[in-house]
Amino acid sequence: MVINSLPVLLKGTLVTVELTILGLGLGFLIAVPVSFAQVYGGRVARLICSLYERTFRSIPLLVLLMLVFYGLPQIGIRFAPFVSCVLGLGIRSSAYQSQIFRGAILSVGKGQTLAALSIGMTPFESFRYIVFPQALRFSLAPWTNEFTIVLKDSSMAYALGVVELLRQGSYIISTTYEPMVIFLTCAAIYLLMTLSANKLMGYVEKKLQIPGFETKEVSH
Amino acid sequence: MIQVVLKIEDLKKNYGKAEILKGISLEVKKGETKVIIGPSGTGKSTLLACVNRLVEPDHGRVLLEGEEITSRNAHKMRQKIGYVFQDFNLFNHLTALDNVRIGLIKVQKLSKEEATQIALEQLSKVGLSEKASLYPSQLSGGQKQRVAIARALAMRPKLMLFDEPTSALDPELIGEVLSVMIDLARSGMTMLVVTHELGFARTVADEIIFMENGLIVEQGPPALIFSNPQKDRTRQFLRKLTELYGEERIK
Repeated sequence: MVINSLPVLLKGTLVTVELTILGLGLGFLIAVPVSFAQVYGGRVARLICSLYERTFRSIPLLVLLMLVFYGLPQIGIRFAPFVSCVLGLGIRSSAYQSQIFRGAILSVGKGQTLAALSIGMTPFESFRYIVFPQALRFSLAPWTNEFTIVLKDSSMAYALGVVELLRQGSYIISTTYEPMVIFLTCAAIYLLMTLSANKLMGYVEKKLQIPGFETKEVSH
Repeated sequence: MIQVVLKIEDLKKNYGKAEILKGISLEVKKGETKVIIGPSGTGKSTLLACVNRLVEPDHGRVLLEGEEITSRNAHKMRQKIGYVFQDFNLFNHLTALDNVRIGLIKVQKLSKEEATQIALEQLSKVGLSEKASLYPSQLSGGQKQRVAIARALAMRPKLMLFDEPTSALDPELIGEVLSVMIDLARSGMTMLVVTHELGFARTVADEIIFMENGLIVEQGPPALIFSNPQKDRTRQFLRKLTELYGEERIK
């Protein structure tokens, strides 16, 4: 039965992967400018971005999804379930990712920028060649964590009727009446994906490793 | 006529209500080494930072070879001014070699080969050719500071600024950095050095500048300042420094 249900579950897995990548990507695109504004911005920009980040870190994902999918149509903004989920996952993840990047940029000491400026680099060049490569390494471990959180939380798309891994599983259960086996299979697929994501990011970390930048193992 | 490399005119800087610099004027001529001494918190480091605009002064002018340094031309002018920090500030993600050549490649746009050659030359001058491929975390404090000096020298500066370059070092590592600086001073580099190392000052300084509370209290040749200071404050400070740091560290 597990074997028979696999093709359908894998179809759902594909949607789960799509949700994860698009959600993470949207989160990244929003998080980069937000973190920049929080570190380098003026008082107003910092305030707005902090407000944004606090707000969306405090709203449960499910509530956010409901707001996007059921709430927004009331003011005339309508999204398909899949798009609503990407927006919800992306906005929430952007709040968390912005804090990862903000922390990583701040971990690179002020002296690094001063030294870069002192040899004649422009502020942009100091960021590009000196701050960014170091911040990138500081952010990898926490970003891997965020990656797996978005992956797992994409299952909330179930609530909006997006046919991802979990919903495909429940469809199968409605005809086979085997919730234990099917949900366990779903769990195993999530586990496999999370492990692979960690492996992949671990590989990237190793590739970029430099003495003095060793990161401690992060467990999930 | 001897060329004036650095001219500072009536430089003032406040942080909020605190007046850090209350009007400093000084000149450094080509090939000269001037040493600034003085108690902590008297604006010595702020003065250096104002010279290359890492800190924006509130009043006064700074001229390098007659050209005024402003916030607009700062990043161009900084290429001509080497700056050595108290805590090294080597780029942590780059090897010693890359630390020295990154400015040549990214700022001066030299080819990689040319930059590498200059960088290796500078590293060998500070005695660290063998450490070229190591990262800052793999170097001792003294080695880091020597790489930092090489990084500044690689840009072929007209002027070198040193901000307490040995203050963050273990006592046994100070000598190696000072000897590099002495060689540099003797080679004709124009230098403005903030330090507590009186031995260094005595050995190479053309002039000692004693600063306190944002003002120059006294300045003159080391022989005069050390043996016969005119102001009581200078005398007190030198006595305290000698008690703290010992008489001489350089033979």
